[in-house]
Amino acid sequence: MHGQKAFLSGNEAVAAGVRLARPHVIAAYPITPQTTVIERLAEMVEDASLKAEYLHVESEHSALSACIGASAVGARTFTATSSQGLLYMAECLHYTSGGRFPVVMMNANRSLALPWNIYGDQRDSLSLLDCGWIQAYAEDAQESLDLIIQAYAIAEHPDVLTPMMINLDGFVITHTYELVSLPSQEGVDAFLPPFQTVNKMDLDHPMSLAFTAGPAYNQAFKQLQHQALLSASKVILDIEERFGQFFGRNYSGLIETMHCEDAEFILVTLGSVAGTVRPVVERLRSLGVRVGLVRIRYMRPFPDIEIRKALAGAKAVGVLEKDISFGYEGTVFTNVNSALSRSNVKPSRLLNFIGGLGGKDISAADIEHLFLRLKSTDDGETVAFI
Amino acid sequence: MNYPVWQRSFKPPKDLAEYPVGTAFPAGHLVETNASWRSQRPVIDAEKCSSCRICWLLCPDGVIHNTKPEGLEIDYDYCKGCGICAKECRQKAIRMENEGI
Amino acid sequence: MMEKQSHLSEKKISIRNLSDREYFYGHKACPGCGGSLSLRLALKVLGERSYAVVPAGCMSAVGFIFPQMAFTCNAIISTFPGTASMLSGVAAGARALGIKDFHAVGFAGDGGTADIGFQALSGAIDRHDKIIYICYDNEAYMNTGVQKSGLTPIGARTTTSPAGRRLKGALTQKKPMFEIVAAHGIDYAATASVGYPLDYLRKLNYASKVDGTSYIHVFAPCPIGWGYDTSDTISVAKNAVDCGLWYLAEFSEGQFTLNHKPGEFTSVGDYLFGQNRFCHLQEDDLKAIIMERNAKWESICRSWSYS
Repeated sequence: MHGQKAFLSGNEAVAAGVRLARPHVIAAYPITPQTTVIERLAEMVEDASLKAEYLHVESEHSALSACIGASAVGARTFTATSSQGLLYMAECLHYTSGGRFPVVMMNANRSLALPWNIYGDQRDSLSLLDCGWIQAYAEDAQESLDLIIQAYAIAEHPDVLTPMMINLDGFVITHTYELVSLPSQEGVDAFLPPFQTVNKMDLDHPMSLAFTAGPAYNQAFKQLQHQALLSASKVILDIEERFGQFFGRNYSGLIETMHCEDAEFILVTLGSVAGTVRPVVERLRSLGVRVGLVRIRYMRPFPDIEIRKALAGAKAVGVLEKDISFGYEGTVFTNVNSALSRSNVKPSRLLNFIGGLGGKDISAADIEHLFLRLKSTDDGETVAFI
Repeated sequence: MNYPVWQRSFKPPKDLAEYPVGTAFPAGHLVETNASWRSQRPVIDAEKCSSCRICWLLCPDGVIHNTKPEGLEIDYDYCKGCGICAKECRQKAIRMENEGI
Repeated sequence: MMEKQSHLSEKKISIRNLSDREYFYGHKACPGCGGSLSLRLALKVLGERSYAVVPAGCMSAVGFIFPQMAFTCNAIISTFPGTASMLSGVAAGARALGIKDFHAVGFAGDGGTADIGFQALSGAIDRHDKIIYICYDNEAYMNTGVQKSGLTPIGARTTTSPAGRRLKGALTQKKPMFEIVAAHGIDYAATASVGYPLDYLRKLNYASKVDGTSYIHVFAPCPIGWGYDTSDTISVAKNAVDCGLWYLAEFSEGQFTLNHKPGEFTSVGDYLFGQNRFCHLQEDDLKAIIMERNAKWESICRSWSYS
């Protein structure tokens, strides 16, 4: 089941993964820094290595709307976007998840205007956590490719039937190159069965889809949707285990931890910045400071059990994120804090570090400084911009 | 059957398990009628009717059916009493009668 | 590309050979609704292998209220702006799955076509997607309570263009949607009216055979929104054509063809003042409307062929 290796950017790895997953319909609108994904896909359609209907839609709203239409007749679909485009299709995000259409989308995390900025932060996807999509955050190109393939298996699973968004940090992951292992087409064909669903229009059994439900019935549909997203937790673990058997790469579930078992000071973060944190953790450990890292891989479904377990012994925890819910705190912090407050084991200090907005650099020195803040006993503000 | 009929025995879902997957449901499923909407009902005079089927064509609800070999009949479960059929009939073969209170 | 046939050589659709099957039944549209008639007739022509896409608006609001499903063919509600884009997706998905001999047909209102759905419609025509897009024009946002749309005619009273002492209803002309889609170079476009049902059926039949994008703009009066008796929907729709305020025409292969030329126009005043929404108009408003009609017809007769 092992294929070749290739030197690919994050975006190119996504395109490679999409081709392997054999979608029927691709509908996408260009936006920096997603563009190279759909450019590669267009080239693959041109040389017939990817047999998909490629729709040049005239907006992101139409991109997701077209994917919903295709999914509604039983087709496997893909779209990709970023920041302004993600927000333009916001209505359709709720539509897709409420309609239980397993569309897979790559989102290039990029700052939202205003001010205008094309660089990476995570305000776009984190401001849309409530829309009912599974949300995963990749750290590198390999994980991006693997997540795309796993996404179809997860989203299309009959217990889930929920769309999935794979987030790549703009430019930092989308445009940087690394050596990537490509699964073989035969391997992916065996791993990923064809898309089957009862939730579709069928010429042999006519259906009414995407209907209205009034006050007597509506909440039940929403509750079912919520339960499906919760069910995704277990499905994700099963799919990852299966993926490991097929392709030899094992993932750690909804979160990934480093040195948390005996850590006193833990930084929780997501995406590519974890790659900057890792060497700092190693360095501080070598100096005898018991630090650790939690990288959240899935924000929805939210890994509350896993987070409670990972942070159980810590004295102080910092949540480092590239977003802010204006007027209060970072969204990841809100979610982590909520998970901790449901248990009686809580770190004595829980701090929120807001950084990287609009692509602002976060250096190893910055990270070291955050660990020092966690270690110190000063009563600084809970929410700090770094 | 050329048109759906009222599913009188339909029981609405109570438990979550009884709900459909997704917002998807079989087509052509009617659980209530529209009869209570009307204050007048059309009545076809078979003697005057020439079976030109203009009324059948122009009914917005499609409730005039070509089911009888000798003429047309109206599904009063779904007729709303708009009066288009009576207005458009060239033979003046349809009259609108008041519904009882 | 379209079949190179003249309109006269097609097999004629008539009342006798039109299907007895009902595809839109038990719906909750108002009595006498022109829109529901236009939808019902369209599906009779297009048949059971249709995927109907219906955006937020009158037809979706009355046809899919769980658990009452009024469509008997496959149907799906789209977002308000998304009729044409969802249609493109349906057609592409079915094609990719190897499904053959189907129709992807959309039924959007005037608001969902000329305003919020305009962009997606333009994109679908640009892509030459094989879809049939039907705009049922009741000249306002009727489902939400009669607000002004881009296709509300000048002078019409709506809730957002009220007629009072200072302003007299809608202040702008209808957007020329037929000409706009024609300017895209669409494969086939037509105007129609539920007051001329056989002409509408013929155009539906033609559109069903076009290997490309079709647009049919069907005039569909609304008794509640326009203020006339429910039984008059067909005659109002016919009068609009007979007095020249609406015209029956087609566009294909870059050519406009007028289908119906009234020998003498009937009274515009009778048409307008038979509807409550126009009853505030004065003589000079009527004169202005007639002048506008004359100018349009002069242009039509100058440049469009007639058959």
